[in-house]
Amino acid sequence: MVTLTPLETELFALAGSVPDPELPVLTLHELGVLRAVHVRDADSVEVELTPTYTGCPAIEAMSLDIERVLQEHGVREVTVRTVLAPAWSTDDITAEGRRKLREFGIAPPRLAAAAGPVAVRLGPTRTLDPAAEAVLCPHCGSADTELLSRFSSTACKALRRCLDCREPFDHFKEL
Amino acid sequence: MTAPETTAAPTPSPAPTAAALALGDDALVLSHRLGEWAGHAPVLEEEVALANIALDLLGQARLLLSMAGDEDDLAYLREERAFRNLQLVEQENGDFAHTIVRQLYFSTYQHLLYAELAAGAGPFAPLAAKAVKEVAYHRDHAEQWALRLGDGTAESHERTRRASEALWRFTGEMFQPVEGVDVDWKGMEAAWLASVGEVLRRATLTVPEGPRTGAWAAGAGRQGLHTESFGRMLAEMQHLHRSHPGASW
Repeated sequence: MVTLTPLETELFALAGSVPDPELPVLTLHELGVLRAVHVRDADSVEVELTPTYTGCPAIEAMSLDIERVLQEHGVREVTVRTVLAPAWSTDDITAEGRRKLREFGIAPPRLAAAAGPVAVRLGPTRTLDPAAEAVLCPHCGSADTELLSRFSSTACKALRRCLDCREPFDHFKEL
Repeated sequence: MTAPETTAAPTPSPAPTAAALALGDDALVLSHRLGEWAGHAPVLEEEVALANIALDLLGQARLLLSMAGDEDDLAYLREERAFRNLQLVEQENGDFAHTIVRQLYFSTYQHLLYAELAAGAGPFAPLAAKAVKEVAYHRDHAEQWALRLGDGTAESHERTRRASEALWRFTGEMFQPVEGVDVDWKGMEAAWLASVGEVLRRATLTVPEGPRTGAWAAGAGRQGLHTESFGRMLAEMQHLHRSHPGASW
């Protein structure tokens, strides 16, 4: 276990407080993408960030935002490194992050489903998998929801519809 | 585009350039082909899905090409014969069934390949461990559509059958060993045939009987030999960068 200096702890919290550019209700800490902060010398800091998806274009905006926040805090030189291993998983989203997603109208990813999509039987228009944990509607809480499309506004979300309140909603897919 | 400096811990040995180019070009070229659907997909959800899959592939391509050199120079300034992608991924989109079958063939292959690479300790392991989870969604998307189209109307069935046969001859090339990619190619090929065969059968289609490679095409894409439409695709992909060298916004 690496011990953080008080300054590193402070800078980690600062960098972690940066909002996600795509989902501004979440901070980078809640999204689980901030891996480490190393203080190299008096005013030079290295930050390790991991992408959610390989092609996620938000990583560049995240890097710039972290640089700006740390520089405003008096750090002269900020280097943001992208690290791939260990790969990010939706299990890295904090409990608080999940709560905020739900409040924002996005069904949070289910836990410990890192194996990827589950094979499901296909009906004419509905995809139902009775064995899987239900994706709850973030609006009314109903478990009776159906998949409309595996990819929604971004690669990390699927589009679903609630069969009780009839509202469509995004589901943060398990990865 | 400029990729953020990318490293992985522990630092792996340097990636073999030829292998990074082969895998990177597969991702780049298929990403561009899928991007061509923007504005043309049959329904909005598929427009978004295909663009999202293209974005995942572009992310892979950027990381892989950056292992081999400057990503922009490699993507925009190489001539056709210098690309090392499979001929399968450069095939034109055709109708929606054609694109879906191309996706089924390729994503099944890529999923098997990345799963093996992720399990190893080579230079591609960190990227593969990440991308394999994304590719699982690509494969699932292709499978569900293959089932729906194959086991759909007479029209969709016929179009999917036609696509499955037309693209079959480009599937042998996927299992020609790539230098620097340490996987069980024979085992992967058997697993691919079993997996794709099962999807085709469930989609009420038959596994094509034709050869999976033409004598003229064996290993061709990996050696820089490409099919007719690839040059036109590259011209479109590269012309802006070549017309305005060094431009930025």
